[in-house]
Amino acid sequence: MSDITNKRVKMDELDPNERNKTFEEVATGYSEEQAISEAKRCLNCKTKPCINGCPVSVRIPEFINCVSKGDFRKAYEIITSTNSFPAICGRVCPQENQCESRCVRGKKGEPIAIGRLERFVADWHRKNEEYKTTKIEPCKNKIAVVGSGPSGLACANELAKNGYDVTIYEALHKAGGVLSYGIPGFRLPKSVVEYEITNLINLGVKIENNVVLGKTISIDELLELGYSYIYLSTGAGLPRFMGIQGEKLLGVYSANEFLTRINLMNAQLDNYDTPIIKPKNVAVIGGGNVAMDAARCAKRLMAENVYVLYRRSKNEMPARLEEIFHAEEEGIEFKFLVNPIRILGDEDGKVKSIECVRMKLSEPDESGRKKPIEQEGSNFFIDVDCVIMAIGTLPNPVIIDSISDVKKDKRGYILVDQNQKTSNDFVYAGGDAVTGAATVILAMAAGKNAAKYIIKNDKK
Amino acid sequence: MFLIVEKKRLNEVSTKMKIKAPMIAKKAKAGQFIILRVNEYGERIPLTISDCDKDEGTVTIVYQRIGKTTMLLDELNKGDYILDFVGPLGKPTLTDGAEKVVIIGGGVGCAIAFPQAKQLYRAGKKVDIIAGFRNKDLIILEDEMKKVCDNLFIMTDDGSNGNKGFVTNCLENQIKNGYTYDLAIAIGPLAMMKAVCELTKEHNIKTIVSMNPIMIDGTGMCGCCRVTVNGETKFACVDGPDFDGHKVDFDETMKRIKMYEEVERKKIRDYNCNLMKGVSDV
Repeated sequence: MSDITNKRVKMDELDPNERNKTFEEVATGYSEEQAISEAKRCLNCKTKPCINGCPVSVRIPEFINCVSKGDFRKAYEIITSTNSFPAICGRVCPQENQCESRCVRGKKGEPIAIGRLERFVADWHRKNEEYKTTKIEPCKNKIAVVGSGPSGLACANELAKNGYDVTIYEALHKAGGVLSYGIPGFRLPKSVVEYEITNLINLGVKIENNVVLGKTISIDELLELGYSYIYLSTGAGLPRFMGIQGEKLLGVYSANEFLTRINLMNAQLDNYDTPIIKPKNVAVIGGGNVAMDAARCAKRLMAENVYVLYRRSKNEMPARLEEIFHAEEEGIEFKFLVNPIRILGDEDGKVKSIECVRMKLSEPDESGRKKPIEQEGSNFFIDVDCVIMAIGTLPNPVIIDSISDVKKDKRGYILVDQNQKTSNDFVYAGGDAVTGAATVILAMAAGKNAAKYIIKNDKK
Repeated sequence: MFLIVEKKRLNEVSTKMKIKAPMIAKKAKAGQFIILRVNEYGERIPLTISDCDKDEGTVTIVYQRIGKTTMLLDELNKGDYILDFVGPLGKPTLTDGAEKVVIIGGGVGCAIAFPQAKQLYRAGKKVDIIAGFRNKDLIILEDEMKKVCDNLFIMTDDGSNGNKGFVTNCLENQIKNGYTYDLAIAIGPLAMMKAVCELTKEHNIKTIVSMNPIMIDGTGMCGCCRVTVNGETKFACVDGPDFDGHKVDFDETMKRIKMYEEVERKKIRDYNCNLMKGVSDV
């Protein structure tokens, strides 16, 4: 019998004024009782619309049913039969646009907290079960995966489970891609990412760090090394800047740089050598999840004022509602309908303020979003000593140059067919290198899909 | 982990190291760089490749002990390992069509100018090298450079080698004496490269400079190595490190490399302090 309350079970969170000083995870997770009681809200409806909302088609009602009965082990098995990284997805998937947006319970009241339950099950497993992964002796062909972000990890996992001998090549010194350098620990603890990567290694996947495709090794050389297929999951590339005056002043960062210094290089910890400016007043430009991450990291570096400047209004923000809400709670100040036009510096070249104009929204443009227009004469200044640009990325030129025989679109994103295959029969690709900046789960889905077709092709 | 197969102190501030890195040695071309990280808590720093041996599978770097990372690196010896060593990064130097080349190196920059000279000289081009150092004790790679050029001029700021002056003085003399060059390659401190570019622009000599700004990943992901070239933003790690020197905004880069000067000074103080502690403990 399902519980008829319209409200989902709240997940405990650290106090906003405490947590904005540490990198501890904000949401502390469900207890067993909380999980069971939330799971009982599921109607286990016949149509199961939630599954269609999931890029990797997790059998959601089935696992939730197990949770409601307290059979967390079985729930974990069900989830991981289609999604290998539930501890990650349960935390960073935009469930409100995916599975939860389809939930029947959402029509009247709040949808089932599918993401929180998924996270609960994964965390329960990590805490309570022995390392289950055992090495599968590879009996099939060698396959190279380039890039160890979510897409590469998902592809490698699927291939290894099917007996392939997989090596992941990673440019950085640490595996995980955006999970390691981009998403901060207060949203996705590093221990969760490390656990999943350790599991993958236990499964038999090899990871070679410090190898840059196109520089250290080429596609042809990989094929010469005996890899029968290559999966390219090299991620998004160059950070975008606005092209306004003052972008090279000291204190102007791309979000990629700012987040990498903190998340990958631990600049916030005294025992690491990574330098970072400890700003007092910060302007973050952009309205996506990366902007939220950067703003919340800046706050945690003890900045007094952190402003998010977004040229549209709150309704148009691409960031997850939950992230915006958490940022607001932590004292981030949002300035909507504001566009920077110039960054000003002092005589040493350090940022001292940012000049902005106010915007208003006109009719929706091709993208369906209302186009912001400058209001003449509305210029104003904000005193800041740090500016972080979080306005997206462009394809990586190293990759573009290094795979000249693989077809790309005009902008430089890799072209693939429905099976993730590129114009080269032995090269598959997926994730942000194909789609441009997207979500962790879409990247994982692409990796899994590629693995499926590589296996199918290999059997021919 | 990357094995140090040879370590040689060149003078009181500069050291040469040969690192076992066969994949990099196989691919590296003149002008490219590597990024290394000494230990788990360390920074990633870019260093331009000074030489490589494909058969041995080794890459040579020359560094100056000026920051904490290079000091930590200098604690390592032959037989030790460097934690991370990645490359070859950036684009190789393009010298297409150049027949008469003057290569200008400043200080440890000579170590980077050396492979350029070697490559061009072996390809049968006419190569002059002008190398500048603060004083005669800091002169490095003199014998090596001699072997890969037609004329080697070594200048010292204080004249202690009997040849007082800046590299620009020497270059100016050469030009005055009727030497013509169709390409200049300048590698060294920003102020030196800037001065060289001002001179070569006057004389209409195409000039390549090698920029070495602050970097993290070196693969175009973080964007901190951005420099202004011809009014456009370029990323030194993927668009460079070589750029047309007449178009580079040196003043801007000179400011940018000071971004973490204070932090770096404090780190060096702490590092030296710890070293002293270590000594007194013994």
